Amino acid sequence: MGQPIPYNPKCEMIARDELEQLQIERLQSTLNRVYRSVAFYRTAFDAHKVNLERIKDLRALRELPFTTKQDLQKSYPYDMFAVPLRDIVRIHTTSGTTGQPIVVGYTHNDLRSWRECAARLLTAAGVTEHDVVQIALHYSLFADGFGFHQGAERVGASVIPASLATSVAKQIIIMRDFKTTVLISTPSHALNIVASLDEVQVHRERLHLRLGLFGGERWSDPLRRQVEEQLRIISTDTYGPTEVMGPGVAGECHLHQGLHLNEDHFIVELIDPKTAEPVGAGEEGELVLTTITKEGFPLVRYQTGDITRISPDPCPCGRTFVRMARVMGRTDDLILFQGVGFFPSQIEEVLAGIDSISPFFQIVLDQDRGVETIEIRVEISDKIPFLDEVKTIETLRLQVAKRIKTVLDVEPKVTLVEPKSLRALDPPGRVIDRRPG
Amino acid sequence: MLKVLNLEAGYGPLRVLKGISLHVSPGEVVAVIGANGAGKTTLLKTIAGILKARSGEVEFDKRKIHGDPAERIVRQGCCLVPEGRHIFSTLTVRENLVLGAFCRRRTDNGASLNQSLEQVYELFGILRERSRQLAGTLSGGQQQMLAIGRALMSKPRLLMMDEPSLGVAPLVVKDIYKTIVNLKRSGLTILLVEQNARAALAVADRGYVIETGQIVLQGTARQLCDSPEVQRAYLGKEYRTIDED
Repeated sequence: MGQPIPYNPKCEMIARDELEQLQIERLQSTLNRVYRSVAFYRTAFDAHKVNLERIKDLRALRELPFTTKQDLQKSYPYDMFAVPLRDIVRIHTTSGTTGQPIVVGYTHNDLRSWRECAARLLTAAGVTEHDVVQIALHYSLFADGFGFHQGAERVGASVIPASLATSVAKQIIIMRDFKTTVLISTPSHALNIVASLDEVQVHRERLHLRLGLFGGERWSDPLRRQVEEQLRIISTDTYGPTEVMGPGVAGECHLHQGLHLNEDHFIVELIDPKTAEPVGAGEEGELVLTTITKEGFPLVRYQTGDITRISPDPCPCGRTFVRMARVMGRTDDLILFQGVGFFPSQIEEVLAGIDSISPFFQIVLDQDRGVETIEIRVEISDKIPFLDEVKTIETLRLQVAKRIKTVLDVEPKVTLVEPKSLRALDPPGRVIDRRPG
Repeated sequence: MLKVLNLEAGYGPLRVLKGISLHVSPGEVVAVIGANGAGKTTLLKTIAGILKARSGEVEFDKRKIHGDPAERIVRQGCCLVPEGRHIFSTLTVRENLVLGAFCRRRTDNGASLNQSLEQVYELFGILRERSRQLAGTLSGGQQQMLAIGRALMSKPRLLMMDEPSLGVAPLVVKDIYKTIVNLKRSGLTILLVEQNARAALAVADRGYVIETGQIVLQGTARQLCDSPEVQRAYLGKEYRTIDED
């Protein structure tokens, strides 16, 4: 069998010198445009005394200021759009669990590039027009489901927008009856499916699954092997934050040696998050992306907060784009739980509003039969003397759980502990992550 | 085939091009569209060596050509059809064409010259009919064909055209663009500069939008046609395409 052919060989196997010319052309036109039409960039460039005419090569990108997640949140809802709203044909948002959601607008051309980028990573993963693709991701507001959906249609596969609204059991029934060959979900949802196979009494033999495409949360090699073995699939890692585009920024090829980053649409930098200086070759750093084809929501030097490594060596698959390692961590203390991110400080805020408990707490993340679990341990305040009735304690526990649900979207297990038992914990001790990997 | 990087040029104190980067791959038709005074003509003149670049690079077939005299650039195979034709109106059509082969006078013999003439006549039948007529008596469209024919006589590999539809009757614009399609099919690489964005994007593979000496948008011709900005500014309000994809 020969080497599988990329979706768009002309772009994905472009010579590096041609790519560099393409990138500088696209970067310059993007910068000229954002300076003219996005107040944020005009102010930021002027404040940094940036002369756009001096941006003559890709290294000069370093003269430009960064864009952060906070900048995007502040621009809620439309301040970062580079075109009038009438030119926007689609709007997605991030979950907004960490504050104001980020609203991302796409023009007709943006959707086209996105579709192509997603089609590239699906093709690289081995998806063809013969496949039945089941997408078990959120469709409401989020970009993930739509991104894969459009890409899979472009490849010509039969797409089932199963979404996450259906129960796992129904998901499995669909998978069996519709002869699904490709599952697209978060890794933890895949484990959830594994764990539920017995419950629904569907044997793995009855499923036609052969491939899985996963993204949206951090996962590890052991977890990956577990999913692969138990579902008997080949899995592929994907990367694509919504604010940058959504699924399609990067994805693995069949060789599974890192995620090819679509460099004809994005310029990659890797920086030390502390000094903001570029890291040396092969070192870990924060991924910084500049979009060079987006019309609606262009980003210049966006700090993704994701820690990874970049390998510029050509991949034996023939694609010439650099490869990023699977995301290894975050620059902030963002916790990814069941595909949704939150900060411990948010839990803190919620708890601060409740009397009869102290502000000290601990987050315990674990995994039960493949399903991610969360437990919040909360200290009872020592100022309340008569907190001994079971009923009172139970009410308090439920109250805490309900409050936290507003942040996490799921009700966590809440354990109330003795006063003064948690207050000695340093911030790192506040989060215990027992999830494998 | 052609690579332009950070090109700056102007006239006296006037800066017209403020760092233009673009490229043309072999066999491609690339259109540069923009309003009057955006720097389109200056761009082609600077690439052709008629105007000196203040800074930046022009690479043709992996060889730097910025700073080369215009005639050497033509001999390299990069030829410009200037805006407003600039034909020699007191010479005959045939004489105009032969002058186009000026740069080949030392290397090529009469036979190959006649062969080239024959190819041009093949492309533009009207020029054969009028070959003995004074060029000044031709219509605007015929003069444009003559200007293109003359450029082809230098056997270019890259043909640069400055506003081929300017001052030409709408019906003749169609003819000229048909010719461009034919030239493209024959394998010629073309860089086209146009105010008539609709005509240019209809034949082009890719395009760049130039505004006050800077590129502000680039993409495939299809993408540019679908860009609301381009539609409003260059294609006319009523422009609509029914997307089949």
